[in-house]
Order: sequence, then structure tokens, then C-alpha cells
Amino acid sequence: MSRIDDRLGQLAEQGRKALITYVVAGDPGVDETVDLLHALVAAGVDVLELGVPFSDPMAEGPVIQLGHERALANGITLSRVLDIVATFRREDQDTPLLLMGYANPVAYMGYAEFADAASRAGVDALLTVDIPPEEAQPVTQQLQRVGMNTIFLVAPTTPDERIAAIAEQASGFIYCVSLKGVTGAGHLDIQSVKTLVGRIKQASALPVAVGFGIRDGASARAIATAADGVVVGSALIDVVTRTLAEGGSWPQARSAAVQLIEEIRSGLD
Amino acid sequence: MTAKTDKRLFDQVPDAQGRFGEYGGKFVAETLMSALKELEELYYRLKDDPEFQRELDEDLSDYVGRPSPLYEARRLSDEVGGARIYLKREDLNHTGAHKVNNTVGQALLAKHMGKKRVIAETGAGQHGVATATIAARLGLECEVFMGEEDVRRQALNVYRMKLLGATVVPVTSGSRTLKDAMNEAMRDWVTHVDDTFYIIGTVAGPHPYPLLVRDFQCVIGREARAQCLQKTGRLPDALVACVGGGSNAIGLFHPFLADDSVAMYGVEAGGHGVATGEHAAPLNAGSPGVLHGNRTYLMQDEAGQIRETHSISAGLDYPGVGPEHAWLKDIGRVNYVAANDDEALAAFHRLTRVEGIMPALESSHAVAYACELAAGMTPEETIIVNLSGRGDKDIHTVAELDGIEF
Repeated sequence: MSRIDDRLGQLAEQGRKALITYVVAGDPGVDETVDLLHALVAAGVDVLELGVPFSDPMAEGPVIQLGHERALANGITLSRVLDIVATFRREDQDTPLLLMGYANPVAYMGYAEFADAASRAGVDALLTVDIPPEEAQPVTQQLQRVGMNTIFLVAPTTPDERIAAIAEQASGFIYCVSLKGVTGAGHLDIQSVKTLVGRIKQASALPVAVGFGIRDGASARAIATAADGVVVGSALIDVVTRTLAEGGSWPQARSAAVQLIEEIRSGLD
Repeated sequence: MTAKTDKRLFDQVPDAQGRFGEYGGKFVAETLMSALKELEELYYRLKDDPEFQRELDEDLSDYVGRPSPLYEARRLSDEVGGARIYLKREDLNHTGAHKVNNTVGQALLAKHMGKKRVIAETGAGQHGVATATIAARLGLECEVFMGEEDVRRQALNVYRMKLLGATVVPVTSGSRTLKDAMNEAMRDWVTHVDDTFYIIGTVAGPHPYPLLVRDFQCVIGREARAQCLQKTGRLPDALVACVGGGSNAIGLFHPFLADDSVAMYGVEAGGHGVATGEHAAPLNAGSPGVLHGNRTYLMQDEAGQIRETHSISAGLDYPGVGPEHAWLKDIGRVNYVAANDDEALAAFHRLTRVEGIMPALESSHAVAYACELAAGMTPEETIIVNLSGRGDKDIHTVAELDGIEF
């Protein structure tokens, strides 16, 4: 049982929905990321998703792309992301944390080396956007060896037989992509998300979290009627970035983030 | 390679997973997997369909203007003083480069799928122009993604695309060149996957693209083989082609792969010199990794981030290369070498002055290496150089380097 299994299991027993947040590691800085992760947990986040910056983030919309660029400009590498996690874990051994990124930095480090180092740092799972189940065996095996979960995406274009194949390899939860598009897109259709989550539930007993396009308490609540949890990324990064761009201090940016998360949390509960 | 190579070795790749040895595959976000499967199934059904082949052949002859000539560059050969150099004149195709061989093929696939919109990435603008051209002919909506830096370098082609009715989208993320244009095209495709066909311009990307682009470009090598046999009575001794993503090179090489006597040279962009690190030569100086849907050789740093590339030619300014080239390098069938910016520029001027043929800066890399290679061979031997495109689009770049303003 991973921290993810434990936490999502407890929430299900309590009849509560999971709030999952995504931020890019090292954006706007290393210390700020660690500080923000703790603040998010205090504001009611259940699972932390930490983006591993990549030079070519193909699935991201403009808000998260720029986050990757800022983190890379800060010299953030996959090893430094693991350092950030290790620092966070000194004060928080309970909150589940997964890394979300792209294949190449992980492949370059080596799947076995990554699994060992990530597990040591306190990472619970990995989601690689550009490794579909057909290509995932080598990495999934290594993650299993160290007791980490592999998170897979299911998209609106995924037919039922693929959902079944994905469910066989997936663990932790299934990440349901709400729409055809990149992260932060603005054309969320609640009804079609409900249908898709229903199709996933037919094939898998794993919890289903929905991401892409969830920006406030209202959209989170609407989605949560069909799913076990929601993922908020672009909206969170946007509020932090805008506060800083308007001359705000880091504590101000952090409280803007906390305010958004508290709104979404109360929308969910 | 001493023993006769079993031709089947080269026909067995890619396998059902789209792999060329350990390279290739389908490394894309889940949203695109069904679209790729649909394309794959359609292509496997149509590729041996006589009616589809007839349509394609008709487009290639009547619209593209094929076959392209195999031209003996006599003055160049005499001046170099070695092997006889033949140029495969892809520069004479409609739109001025080999790129159109592939866009007519993929546009036919788009038509069969009932797609109303096509998108493309472009570096030098040749693939964008070829896509905009075929879109105009078929009445399809067309958007071309192009790095902001390339929009500046290739203003003429940008205007050509606009004249053809396409929308050119300048890409401002990352290094603002071809790789970022491809990222942006992928993002558009994810968003509009239902009604949009992504016409990838090179033998990279997720399966089945490296396969179908290769198949559409193989017309180059099939023609060259027959033309060479007819003109010289024997096979060439060497083939030379430039390699960015590698579509013109694979098109020339593939029909000769089982001919062990034919040596092959893929010429990467050496930029300021491979030793300087400022180049676009992943097969010479890169290592395997995953980018844009496939596993292949990449230019990357010690943290697995994709490095910025440099080349005088926008069309070669790409940090990856088609997975089949990665495999051909590893099995030793093709030699991958490099020509630097200044060598390519010198070859551009040389071919223009000696033969009255102005090559694209991309193709100039192949001409540069071929001259070096020919000098060490005998007049009884022959080299075929793929003259993949014409140089009109590069006149501004060349003039700028010569300090001339219009």
C-alpha cells in the first residue's frame, strides 16, 4: 500500500473527494516550491503533484509551459526535483506526492536509477505524459520493484478496450483527462466528463481523478459529482505568477494560492 | 558489410510496435493514441491498394512533375577530379524540394479520412509551403507552425504560404525553431484531433509517421536506381544526402539498402563545428532519448533536457533525427558525417557557379561532403547526391552573410 492508496482509501471511506494540485518544481524557486507545497497541504490538498520541468513540454498550455521555462532557467534538473521532495519530506511524511513529467529526463537518468532515487526521496508515484501503456513496461516494472505507483492518463478519445488495457497497468489512481486539449484549456464539458468517468469505472476499481480545465470551486464541485478527485494545475500556477508579476511578494503569492485552494476545497466538501 | 545482406532485414522494420531495433515507437499523450491507431490501420490498408497507388502516382507525375532528372554534374566532377557526381534533382519538383512527395501522399490519406483541416510544422518553410500548396489544391484549411526565429530567417517562404491561403503561426516558446514548432503542432493536434490531420514533414514523430513518410519519399531512390542503371549500366558506388530529420536521405537510401556495394553517407549539420557543441548533428555527437513521439538519437544535456541546436540552414536545425537513421547508424549500414556551415556555404556558391544550379543550404551540406568524398575516388566510380531542394529561399540568408542588403 502506497501513501496514495492509503489517502485515497481514507477519503473514500469518509465520502470525501480528493483535491490534487500540480505545481512545477523550482518555479519560481526551490525554496518557494517547498514552502508552497506545505502551504497547499495546510489549505486542504490531499495529494501533491510536482511537475518535472522539461525543455519540450508538449502537453502543456501556455501557463504551465512558462512554469517549465522558469524552472529550467533556475537550473532545475530531475535530481534537483528529487532534492526538493526530500526537503519537503523532512517535515511531511504523510502527504502523498507524485511526479508528473515527460519521458526523456527519466529515461536519461535510467528507469532503475530513477526508481531507487525517487523512492529514497519520498516520491510515491510517477506520471509520464508521453509514455502510453504500450511503451510503459520497462518503467512500470522498476516502479513496482520499489513500491511506487504508475499513474496513467485516460482521454476522451480512449476507447473502452484501451481503458481496460490501461487499467491493467495502472495503480494508485487513474488520471482522467477532461477534454481534448492541453493543460489549462477552457472548454470543459461536464456531461462528457461524467460519461468518460463512467466508462473508466466500468473497467477499473481504482479511484478516478479528473484534470485539465478545472479552475475554481464551481468547476471542481461539478466534476467531483462524477469523480473521486480533481486536479488543479494551471489555475494555481496562474494565480501565483500573476501576483508576482504585479509586484506582489512571495508571501502574497502564496496566500493567493491558498485562497484559491480553500475556495476549491470548500467547493468539493 | 561483406556478405550479401538479406533484403528482408530492411523490409522488417518498423515492426508492429513501430520500432526500428530499439528506436521509434509511439511516445505520445494518450489523447493522440487513437488517432495514430486510426492512421496506422488506414495506411496499412491503403498502401498496397492499387487505386490508392494510382491516385498517388498520378499526383506525383502530373502535379509534382516526376520523375525528377538524374543529372551528371560534369563540370563539378571535372573540377573535383575524382568520382563522377550525379545530382538527383528534387529541386525541380513543384514547390522546389523533395518535401512535396510526402505531402501529396499524406494529403491523400487526409482525404480518405474525411479531414477538413491540415496542420504542419516547418523549419526552412519548404514543408510548410508543400503542405499549404496541397491544401490549396484540395480545398483544405491549413495552419503551419513555424518558430519565430525561422519566420524571420525564411520570410520569403512565409509569404508564399500566406499567398497559398495558409495561416502561419509564429511559435515563441523554447528556442523558437523547428522543435518548438513541432511541440506547438502536437498541442494543436491534441486540441483538434477529430477534424485535423497532422502532416509531419520528416521521418520522425510517432509510428506510423516514420514509416509512411519513408514510403512516400522512397520514390526518390527507386527512380535514382533505375536512372543510374540506365545511364551508367551499374549501381552507384556511393549515395550522399543531408540529414536533419532525414526524410530526403531515407528516400534516397532505402531502395539501395540491400545493395551491399553501395556506400551511404548521411550528412548532418556541423554548424560551427561538431567539436564546438554548436551544431545539429545528433547522430555524430548525441545520445539516445525520447522526443516528439519516438526514441532516437538526440542532442541533450546531462539532465536529459533537449539542447538548442545551431545550423546555417533552418531545415536541418533540429535536435533529433528519424528513428530509422538511428538504427541504420547502429547496425553500421549508413555512415553519418557532418559538414559545417562554412563548408555548406562554399558548396552553395560552388554549385551555383560551376553548374548553374543553386542548391538549398540544406542540400549544400550534401554537396560539400560529396565533393570531399569524390576527390578520394576514381573517375570510374559514381556518386549520387540528393539535391533535395533549390536555394531561392536562402538568397536572403546568403546575402546577409555576404554583407549585402537589398
